[in-house]
Amino acid sequence: MPKLKTLWRKLTGYSLFFPLTCLAIVLIINLIKTPTFFHISINNGVLYGFIIDILNRSSELIILAVGMTLVVAGSGGTDISVGAVSAVAGAVTIFSLVGSMSSDIYRIPYGLAILLGLLGGMACGAFNGFLVAKLRIQPMVATLILFTAGRGIAQVITQGFILYVRKEQFKYLGNFIPGIPVPTPIFVAILVVAVTLLVLKKTALGLYIQTVGINAKSARLVGLNATLIIFLVYTFSGLCAGIAGMIITSRVYSIDANNAGLNMELDAILAVAIGGNSLGGGKFSLAGSIIGAITIQALTTSLYAMKVTADQLPVYKAIVVIFIVMLQSAELKRMLHSMLNKHSIRKAGRKVA
Amino acid sequence: MKALKRALALLLASILCISFWGCSKPAEETTKETKKETTKETQKEPAKDESQAKTEENAKDDLIVVGYAQVGAESDWRTANTVSFQTTFVEENGYKLIFDDAQQKQENQIKAIRNFIQQEVDYIVLAPVVETGWETVLGEAKEAGIPVILSDRMIDVTDDSLYVAWVGGNFIKEGNDCVDWLAGYLKEQGRENEQINIVTLQGTIGSSAQVGRTKGVEEKLSEHPNWTMLDRQTGEFTQSKGQEVMESFLKSYDDIDVVIAENDNMAFGAIDAIKAAGLDPGEDIIIIGFDAVHAAFEAMIAGDMNCSVECNPLHGPRVAEIIQKLERGETVDKIQYVDEGVFPAETAAELIATRTY
Repeated sequence: MPKLKTLWRKLTGYSLFFPLTCLAIVLIINLIKTPTFFHISINNGVLYGFIIDILNRSSELIILAVGMTLVVAGSGGTDISVGAVSAVAGAVTIFSLVGSMSSDIYRIPYGLAILLGLLGGMACGAFNGFLVAKLRIQPMVATLILFTAGRGIAQVITQGFILYVRKEQFKYLGNFIPGIPVPTPIFVAILVVAVTLLVLKKTALGLYIQTVGINAKSARLVGLNATLIIFLVYTFSGLCAGIAGMIITSRVYSIDANNAGLNMELDAILAVAIGGNSLGGGKFSLAGSIIGAITIQALTTSLYAMKVTADQLPVYKAIVVIFIVMLQSAELKRMLHSMLNKHSIRKAGRKVA
Repeated sequence: MKALKRALALLLASILCISFWGCSKPAEETTKETKKETTKETQKEPAKDESQAKTEENAKDDLIVVGYAQVGAESDWRTANTVSFQTTFVEENGYKLIFDDAQQKQENQIKAIRNFIQQEVDYIVLAPVVETGWETVLGEAKEAGIPVILSDRMIDVTDDSLYVAWVGGNFIKEGNDCVDWLAGYLKEQGRENEQINIVTLQGTIGSSAQVGRTKGVEEKLSEHPNWTMLDRQTGEFTQSKGQEVMESFLKSYDDIDVVIAENDNMAFGAIDAIKAAGLDPGEDIIIIGFDAVHAAFEAMIAGDMNCSVECNPLHGPRVAEIIQKLERGETVDKIQYVDEGVFPAETAAELIATRTY
């Protein structure tokens, strides 16, 4: 019995325990309700199955969540402009490729257009970073500007039209590269995560971000340039939004300024929270956020698979999210703990008597 | 003759305007005199005189000012709708259009309507984002004496004097047409007695187009006992969501015969998902879309899509007709449907050139 208890304590002490449990619960419910859920086959030369769908569709969210995690950790605030910024980046890329008319002819090389789109995303991020780091505007307010104005900017670029790129090659990034059975977005997500982890672990940047997030003033006192670090995390978040924008537009080979990345910022913040990260800044776990992002997509896909009707969809989502967030609440854990303790004390008391 | 009178009035008004700019009294008097003379000469009805006096006050223009609060530019259909208004309400036709893009937010539309009231426009055209919550702002428009014409979507208000007319498509009829076409098509192929499995990609839940089309399909479905509606799920009228939901449908059901997508954009997403699953859209699975946008004709010519039921976005001319009637003081019908057709793939190639949207 005590052995089990220590094991339990050890497990729950592990920071990824709760995020992983949540994901596992969602998947296990699926296994019961939809037995074919884990079935993966090769269809038409590519991997095919619900699990592949989840990984594929969660790629953009993972990328956004990576940027969001660093923003949350470094500044203790959230970047609510990422959805709109991904629309801007997508608009820049497609506009520079085909101009203001749907077409199948590239005006400039594909690589250059992607680069321009990413630069667009970074520029938006840098603008946010400038407002937050230099002008000390509250993150939510500062990023609210692009949250509302971003789609307007994207619309000005596309002149209010949905622009299509009718070229097979453009679809590769968001779908499949011929001959490779794994969806391309998964590779992109892995690449972004790997590069970010490498930079955070191999340099002291991860530690710096945490330090600034815990206490920017003392970080400054020990000689860290807090302003620069906060500026950098927002710029990075803009870059991530740009990369996500590339995938989003490639999936539907078009840019729809009003709908590209719509409400993604909320999912990204939720992913960070489900991942067990404190939204107050400081210590962070990139892995947690990634698991959080996959959980959110797993939830959506499983609700489709379980044939939940469209009007009930948001209700189920809300219930699961409330459950997950409550599961991780420190206060709730403490309450449960003290209840358990009382119970065992009473038990022990009875034994003594 | 009428046109001549009108041109003369316009000319006089512009002369007047110029003289006002010059601010020299003698000139003003002379023009006034000439004006009086010409009025006596050319027309005798007092009503016309009055309207001329009004033009005099308004200085330059006797243009009818129309404020259009548009939803946004979420689809090709919406863009065509916008263009229809922009090409109808031009100065050559005697209109001035103030256009507002609400980016799918009701609060933006309410703001736009208040701006229109402040600018004292003659007519307000509203394509509401949602059905509810319009009482206050339309009450303000009514108080200001500005008639409101609704385009595309209906609103849910207790007092229907808040708008003078509604122009739009008959979504229920579109749903009926869709099923009728499918029945005819299956009969042609000799499949009328086969078991047919259908899935539906619904629009944004609660929007008039979604409610009407779902209902229209439902109504007619009971006539075909051998058809089964396997599943319905919302694709929120967007291509990417349509694709995502279709991917899921294809994994949940082995034998889908028909996809009904409640707009063309979701149909495009479904086509991509079906192709990715190694099936041939248009052949293995029958695909029906709604709206009949230009890109849908391209998809039909490519053989990926079987049919699109039109939802005519060209509301501009019909709204102009209503405004002209109101200007003449006539009454107008409250509900006005625009003409809509069904376009099967066979007709796509010859019709695509004639499509303006």
